[in-house]
Amino acid sequence: MTRYIIRRLLQAIPTLLGVSIISFLLVNSAPGDPITIRTFDPNITDTTRELMRRQLGLDQPLPMQYVVWFSGLMFRRGDVVAEFTTPTNRCGYAMGINMTLCNNGAGIIRGNLGTSLQTQQPVWDRLVERMPATLELGLASLFLSLVIGVPLGVLSAVYRGSWFDNMVRFFAVIFQAVPAFWMALLLILFFGVYLGWLPTGGRQTVTLTQEFDLMDRIRHLILPAFVLAFGGIALLSRIMRTETLEVIHTDYVRTARAKGLPGNRIWFVHAFRNSLIPMMTILGPAILGVLSGAVIVETVFAWPGMGRLTLSAAFQRDYPMVLGSVMFFSILVVLGNLLSDILYGIVDPRVRLS
Amino acid sequence: MSAENASAVPSVTAPLGIDSQLKRPPQSYWGMAVASLRRDKLTLTAIGFVAVIALLAIFAGVISQGMGVDPNSTNPANAFQQPYIVPYIKWRLGMDPITAPVELGKSGGIPHWLGTDQLGRDQLSRLLYGGRVSLTIALSAATISLILGVAVGTIAGYFGGIIDDVIMWFINTMVSIPGIYLLIIVSAIFKPNPWTLTLFLGFLGWFGTARFMRGNVFKVKALDYTLAARAVGARNLRIMLQHLIPNSIPVIIVVTAIDVGILILVESGLSFLGLGIQPPTATWGSMLTRANNFVFLRDPVTQDFIALHLLVWPGVLISLTVLAFYLIGDGLRDALDPMLKNKK
Repeated sequence: MTRYIIRRLLQAIPTLLGVSIISFLLVNSAPGDPITIRTFDPNITDTTRELMRRQLGLDQPLPMQYVVWFSGLMFRRGDVVAEFTTPTNRCGYAMGINMTLCNNGAGIIRGNLGTSLQTQQPVWDRLVERMPATLELGLASLFLSLVIGVPLGVLSAVYRGSWFDNMVRFFAVIFQAVPAFWMALLLILFFGVYLGWLPTGGRQTVTLTQEFDLMDRIRHLILPAFVLAFGGIALLSRIMRTETLEVIHTDYVRTARAKGLPGNRIWFVHAFRNSLIPMMTILGPAILGVLSGAVIVETVFAWPGMGRLTLSAAFQRDYPMVLGSVMFFSILVVLGNLLSDILYGIVDPRVRLS
Repeated sequence: MSAENASAVPSVTAPLGIDSQLKRPPQSYWGMAVASLRRDKLTLTAIGFVAVIALLAIFAGVISQGMGVDPNSTNPANAFQQPYIVPYIKWRLGMDPITAPVELGKSGGIPHWLGTDQLGRDQLSRLLYGGRVSLTIALSAATISLILGVAVGTIAGYFGGIIDDVIMWFINTMVSIPGIYLLIIVSAIFKPNPWTLTLFLGFLGWFGTARFMRGNVFKVKALDYTLAARAVGARNLRIMLQHLIPNSIPVIIVVTAIDVGILILVESGLSFLGLGIQPPTATWGSMLTRANNFVFLRDPVTQDFIALHLLVWPGVLISLTVLAFYLIGDGLRDALDPMLKNKK
């Protein structure tokens, strides 16, 4: 088991490296010079700009810029220590190889995702500020998908071919075909405007004191969580239906039936528990789904989460912010996949060997 | 079948391969697929729906001209006109002799069957033109990702080893980044027009196809006829083009049909985020996005919502078209899978 976990951990490293390279290249293909964006001050001369560019390593070829961004280390030929040393850059000269080595203390490998151009805050701080909202939304929608999707799938397998089964399968396809934001707008119109039962957006009612009010929070959470959960409900009910149908054709279920066990016992002790095994694998895709869906759902419902933050950063051309959050989301997805693989390995020993 | 067997059949004059006793003509794989598809009413309906939508989109220009409207001609005096179809029917049935002629007068004699938007543009003709753009984008992007996915997947599956490792590393990396953020970055950097958006969607959408293809190539590669082809000295390219890809066509068709549906959804989602095709070009997604701004608008006198028709129709069309492509994918999967046929 330990070997399996270690092997999976090692496999995640090249993927994360790849993610960092690809998102870096993508964001750096943007036209426009980051220094010009940062220095609108007319008192800054071109010489200063050139120096800043050199200090940040932006005059170097793209692969070297990647190294700086990734590790926070910059390599220069020759003795140029004085020119590069700044409050954030600590530099040293290695006589033997005739190289200057600067360390700006950043670099994603050290958990520093960079600094937002818009607010000059660290990207990480801005993400952390928005994280609870997305987490709340994501967990609520995961909960809804599980609580609704799994029973629907099992029941539609139990009553295969019945009107219930047909309904579930019909709606599962529909939910995957309807654009999420359209569904959201219709729900807002119906529940929020026409019936007036639920708020139309936001995470809480805006008051002067902004006190924490649980009921108010839940009322705000219902619609976005449902919209985000629709895809999951559809997917889970399909998976559970297929799995349950597969499990009931196995030998041990036939044995249980032959022993004369009551139907309910067969369904819930023998079939249902085993059909739950593939649920372990959905953790990774679920994180991917929540993070992807979050952009749209957060935008429709004015939900102050990480997805909307990234979107607005993209509009503002705050590239470090976009790059940092995409990096962070990808790490979450990779970790989610890793965790589901490991859980799957624990539950189903056959997986470990392949 | 050898000549000996054929002569053993009672009627010697019957063409080779026909079992005269069963009177059943030989069935090819595709013949069987078509036959089983013919029995599948749901899939046929879906195919019919897509065909109708496609025809409407192709002839959008002719239809709009026939109605005397242009998708981009504005008429601010006649903004948010409600669908003309309801009053028209009432008028014809003699239930309401006033509303329809009044609306017709307002729009200058042009019937706006599905109403007008905030600038007084005819919604029906915009839907037709929008469908043309949306479908073209989805189909072309699906074609790009199909070609890329099949090529890359075949190469990875056929050569295996280090080539496969590198390709799979790349694919695993790309699918670890939530796709919508990749599209957000690309669309924010380069404001897309229909052509570039198609390219983005195509180039960021082939990973799933490649994975499927690779899996299938692994399967087909191990079969005897591939070995036979190699034994007679066929080159790699020939084996790939003659044996691996043709034998993966069923998988490819199914994946592509579902892909088209997903691409229509993605295009509308991007439009909604403000990163899709820029106005005035209509797409279903951008029409829905525009409608979003007016959803809560009410008539000052009657308090009715006046922009609901702008919200409903593009959404219905997107949903039904995506649904149709999903159903076609599902139906083709059943029709093209010879293993499933025995189960039924």
